[in-house]
Amino acid sequence: MKRETKRYYLSFLLLAVLLVVLVFLNVNEGSFQLTVPEVMEILLGRGGDQTASRIVWDIRLPRILAAILLGGALSISGFLLQTFFANPIAGPFVLGISSGAKLVVALTMIFLLERGLTSNSLVMIGAAFVGAMLSMGFVLLVSQKVRKMSMLVICGIMIGYICSALTDFVVTFAEDSNIVNLHNWSLGSFSGITWSNIRVMAVTVGLAVAWAFFLSKPMGAYQLGEGYAQSVGVSIRRFRVELILLSSVLSACVTAFAGPISFVGIAVPHLVRSLLRSAKPILVIPGCFLGGAVFCLFCDLIARRAFSPEELSISSVTAIFGAPIVIYMMVRRQSKQA
Amino acid sequence: MNEYYLRTEDMAVGYRGKPLIEHIDLRLGRGEIMTLIGPNGSGKSTILKSIIRQLRLLAGVVCLAGEPMEGMPPQEVAQKLSVLMTDRSQPELMTCRDVAAAGRYPYTGKLGLLTAADWEKVDEALALVHGSDLADQDFTAISDGQRQRVLLARALCQEPEILVLDEPTSFLDIRYKLELLGILKDLVRQRKIAVVLSLHELDLAQRISDIVVCVHNNTIERYGPPEEIFTADYIPQLYDVTQGSYEPAFGSLELAKVAGKPEVFVVGGAGSGIATYRRLQREGIAFAAGVLHQNDLDYPVARALAVEVIAEEAFAPIGQERVLQALKVLADCREVICTCPVFGPMNEGNRRLLQEAQAQGKPVRWEGEGGHGL
Repeated sequence: MKRETKRYYLSFLLLAVLLVVLVFLNVNEGSFQLTVPEVMEILLGRGGDQTASRIVWDIRLPRILAAILLGGALSISGFLLQTFFANPIAGPFVLGISSGAKLVVALTMIFLLERGLTSNSLVMIGAAFVGAMLSMGFVLLVSQKVRKMSMLVICGIMIGYICSALTDFVVTFAEDSNIVNLHNWSLGSFSGITWSNIRVMAVTVGLAVAWAFFLSKPMGAYQLGEGYAQSVGVSIRRFRVELILLSSVLSACVTAFAGPISFVGIAVPHLVRSLLRSAKPILVIPGCFLGGAVFCLFCDLIARRAFSPEELSISSVTAIFGAPIVIYMMVRRQSKQA
Repeated sequence: MNEYYLRTEDMAVGYRGKPLIEHIDLRLGRGEIMTLIGPNGSGKSTILKSIIRQLRLLAGVVCLAGEPMEGMPPQEVAQKLSVLMTDRSQPELMTCRDVAAAGRYPYTGKLGLLTAADWEKVDEALALVHGSDLADQDFTAISDGQRQRVLLARALCQEPEILVLDEPTSFLDIRYKLELLGILKDLVRQRKIAVVLSLHELDLAQRISDIVVCVHNNTIERYGPPEEIFTADYIPQLYDVTQGSYEPAFGSLELAKVAGKPEVFVVGGAGSGIATYRRLQREGIAFAAGVLHQNDLDYPVARALAVEVIAEEAFAPIGQERVLQALKVLADCREVICTCPVFGPMNEGNRRLLQEAQAQGKPVRWEGEGGHGL
């Protein structure tokens, strides 16, 4: 018992330290040069320069908070889907759920833009949720026909392509000066997040994550098989609905604000499970939140720094780090089964 | 109201609203084992799944301790009934103790955290199934037999009053089968748990069951104590065995006998002939056996496999009449095999039979522990 408990403490400590370090690095990173003492002054509210203060408070901090909240949300969304499908290779991106959300958000944005209406955070989340549920519904339908996860993932990726193609199509033909924003968003980015976005995001993600955390007990039983979970008193139907809704809300929230972000939902839960050497939901859920935050802050840092002042899309960075992990997991699973 | 712990009244079970088996009335008291036997696909699992509410009942009621299960809150059911079904999950990164601890589910709080007392119960359950040394091992890295024991420990952590097991011994080798059922039998005795299980192994079912339920032809064909069920007449009928035969004393099924005129005559006794009977059967050689006492160990096997058996009354010396009868059969055989190791007052007749056979020029071969000569 003791050695494991120590490992859990150390793992969470490590994640927390990484989080603090990355927040620090991110807040000091940017094309507008600021020294570390200057940033500190500004954060402590003693900063003099108006412009510098604006940059830190209205651009860098919201971006950092968004990376933390959305990174955490995405990882937990992935973990919930993995629990649902009893397979570690499930995730909102590979199952096409992010892409479905992206398509409906793009359509909604263009619809609103063309009528000169401004969109707000809740509308975007709502649209993304509708899109996520549409894709999810399709995936669930397919999953009743095919039991093999690899087939399901292929279907998900195909849905992803179809949705992306449609999104590109509508984005290309939309006539608006704001289309530049839309284009950036459709590639995936944490930029352009406002404090009002953050408020909505924090409430939505906060509630969903708390709910997911309180599902850790039935999730633990469900990991041992659906029949078994039922026998110890989990009401399966309700539990499955909860998993689907929560994972959809979480990935919808991410897509609404930052566009599609690939592979975080698979890579982070895997890394967290390996770090903790445990799959217990009560540990993995908070671990995933921290891990996702760290992973996305790290990727965002690279997205901004690698070819500065050019910025990469967040998804291309997460793919570079996340996809190899997914490939590794698939190969390992196959060789284990053989 | 009644002494039965599990009671089903006019239960009908099946899939998608289509009844497979109807009018099932089972009665089981605490400290008793009820075993469901019957051919594959007869509906044993369907009955078990309906009892544990994995399948919806199509009619009737299931009562636990006199209370109908329908409408009972899931947690209350989980504190009374635990299961060991055939679905095998391979949870990653879990030790055997973690898996067993999952059984505390109905007793833990909202977050499912275990108290020190809970962990004590987990270790106690592991000890009961002789699995203490498995506790810290990875669940995916242990053998099938060990896994079944850990899963049984998990079921015991639930502190059930009734345990439902679906073919718990499948895929286990003979040692683990015996071990698992031995543990089960002890548990029933010590904790007064009621057990319902399905088994394929008739010999084991016969040994551990208090009540046997025979599921066949979409009905409960028979229901009763093992001595009423495991008869030479009924078991082949239950399994639609037309070729072989069933031996209740051994709880074993024998293959069909080789038909035709006997080519070999086997003189056995005291269990010495069984190996030879089986070899001849394997090689497809029709044979006759004699002279055997009806209470001889060889007798049931000979009856199952030999074309003809010349038998003497139990506890009576082999009489001249039987010897002559055997000689008549022996006359048409090309060879005589003697497996009998010793001759005494009771089987003196067999010695005379062999001497006569030799006198008639029949080759007599000694097999097994025989060979003492005449």
